[in-house]
Amino acid sequence: MAEALLTLQRVLVRYGDATILEVPSLSVRPGEVLAVIGPNGAGKSTLLRVMGLLEQATKGKVYFHGEEVVQEDALPLRRRMASVFQEPLLLNASVYENAALGLKLRGLDRSSAEQRVLPWMERLGIAHLARRPARSLSGGEAQRTSLARALVLDPELLLLDEPFSALDPPTREGLLLDLESILRETGITTVFVTHDRDEAFMFGDRVAVLIGGRLLQVGPTAEVFAQPVNEEVAHFVGVDTKISAVVETAAEGLARVRFNGGRAEVVGNFQPGERVLLCLRPEDITLGLPGSEDLKSSARNRLAGRVAKITPWGSHYRVALDCGGSRLVAFITRPSFLDLELRARDEVVASFKATAVHVLKRK
Amino acid sequence: MELIWEGTKQALWLLFTADPEIWAITWLSLQVSGTATAVSLLFGIPLGILLAMTRFPGWSLSVALVNTGMGLPPVVVGLFVSIFLWRNGPLGFLELLYSPTAMVMAQVIIAFPIVAGLTVAAFQTLNPNLRLQLLGIGASRPQLLWLLCKEARLPLLAAVMAGFGGVISEVGASMMVGGNIRGQTRVLTTATVLETGKGNFEIAIALGLILLLITFAVNYLLTHIQQREQLRWPKPS
Repeated sequence: MAEALLTLQRVLVRYGDATILEVPSLSVRPGEVLAVIGPNGAGKSTLLRVMGLLEQATKGKVYFHGEEVVQEDALPLRRRMASVFQEPLLLNASVYENAALGLKLRGLDRSSAEQRVLPWMERLGIAHLARRPARSLSGGEAQRTSLARALVLDPELLLLDEPFSALDPPTREGLLLDLESILRETGITTVFVTHDRDEAFMFGDRVAVLIGGRLLQVGPTAEVFAQPVNEEVAHFVGVDTKISAVVETAAEGLARVRFNGGRAEVVGNFQPGERVLLCLRPEDITLGLPGSEDLKSSARNRLAGRVAKITPWGSHYRVALDCGGSRLVAFITRPSFLDLELRARDEVVASFKATAVHVLKRK
Repeated sequence: MELIWEGTKQALWLLFTADPEIWAITWLSLQVSGTATAVSLLFGIPLGILLAMTRFPGWSLSVALVNTGMGLPPVVVGLFVSIFLWRNGPLGFLELLYSPTAMVMAQVIIAFPIVAGLTVAAFQTLNPNLRLQLLGIGASRPQLLWLLCKEARLPLLAAVMAGFGGVISEVGASMMVGGNIRGQTRVLTTATVLETGKGNFEIAIALGLILLLITFAVNYLLTHIQQREQLRWPKPS
């Protein structure tokens, strides 16, 4: 594995008696996008400030390219990074002057600065606004300027703190897509803080889950979303179905578990009698009517239940089921919803693969 | 009305004929109040920035003191500076009483809290996260302060105007520590008081007009700068 670009070791941030952040160890690898997710107040922004050398941790060490950072001497290192915050925080100057600010601070002359700034303004679609006062920009334009201001610096590490959460959905989507392709093309090492699972999924090569100031899980994005290490993480990454179960039989990496309302086969090595929690993502559950043909698929587990609640959910419908005392949540598409003609209290059959079930052992 | 009309006519005559004594008085006023304002800015702006950007034990007390200082009655300042500079006073050995230096000292005490207090207010109008953002794109500490001052330049100019306006128009302290000595410590305000007392209204009106003109000119200049809205770049550290 390549040497980490930035590493935090035993970092602790305390404000008075309150522990805001506790990170035993976390590395940012060169070229990756590390998404940091967690609910509001989880310490995400604090983590980003510590990484950006903008705030000194109460305890612990920060390493940049393997060398310990001395806070008093951090300016040259800060100049190899760039931050973008939720608010654009532009100066009362022209759009161009804002975009070029970081280069000016580094003492670059006007013409060299222009050569670096203009292509980025072009790329972000704000070149035509160059002479406009920054105060006159819309939210999306201002955030594009803020991104340009960071990207022109060609940073080794780009730190993004919920850069899109204050934007309206169409503006946000446009900017998300642009940023996604920029990050993919340039390969800039990025730490992306967000409370939005979709953003984390879209950008993150790896995801770090921060809840209540504690770093609960770090790993490849798909893995964290499919195999959360505990219930808290599961809840945050969108595992809506969590069923308490007991292992009945287990052999050769396959186990049969029993819970209120049924039985299911799951993958993994367990002992009979072991208490477990079955985690299922809503998109991994398929719904069908009892006796219908659609369910003769490779799905190994089937559960009969009744529809408890149907909620329109963006492009999907979110269907909550009651299966003999256990609660399941499934997403179905609009066409399937219309096909099934589902209503509350209807009988349905939920099916899911054994491999889709993530099993947490209970203590 | 006759009195005002005649007075104004003679006053304008005095101004246009450039009465040397009136110009000497004007020049001294500008020197004393200009110096006092400059010294107040030198200390008041850093103190204001310190109070706006940090928190320390005794912080609220310091801010309350500065705010109280913004409303110091000039005669009280005059009284205390007089006592300090009095021959037997703690600073009597400096032999500064009834000198322009004493007037500058008194005016600094009047303008300094105004500048500091308005600087605190100016910095508090800035987004508190702007500091992090500027550091986050590589500003050094001096560059950060410079950029923040730039960003707060409009309310900071108000601090300059208020500081200068406070001392150029002040009469009590100048009278007490300067003594209104002809040719030495007579300034526009003290001279106006004296000439009005003597019934020389034309001279008093002439002095008053100059005072108005100076206040207007300084404020016009600063307003003009305020409106120009131009940002020059700081030198990298």
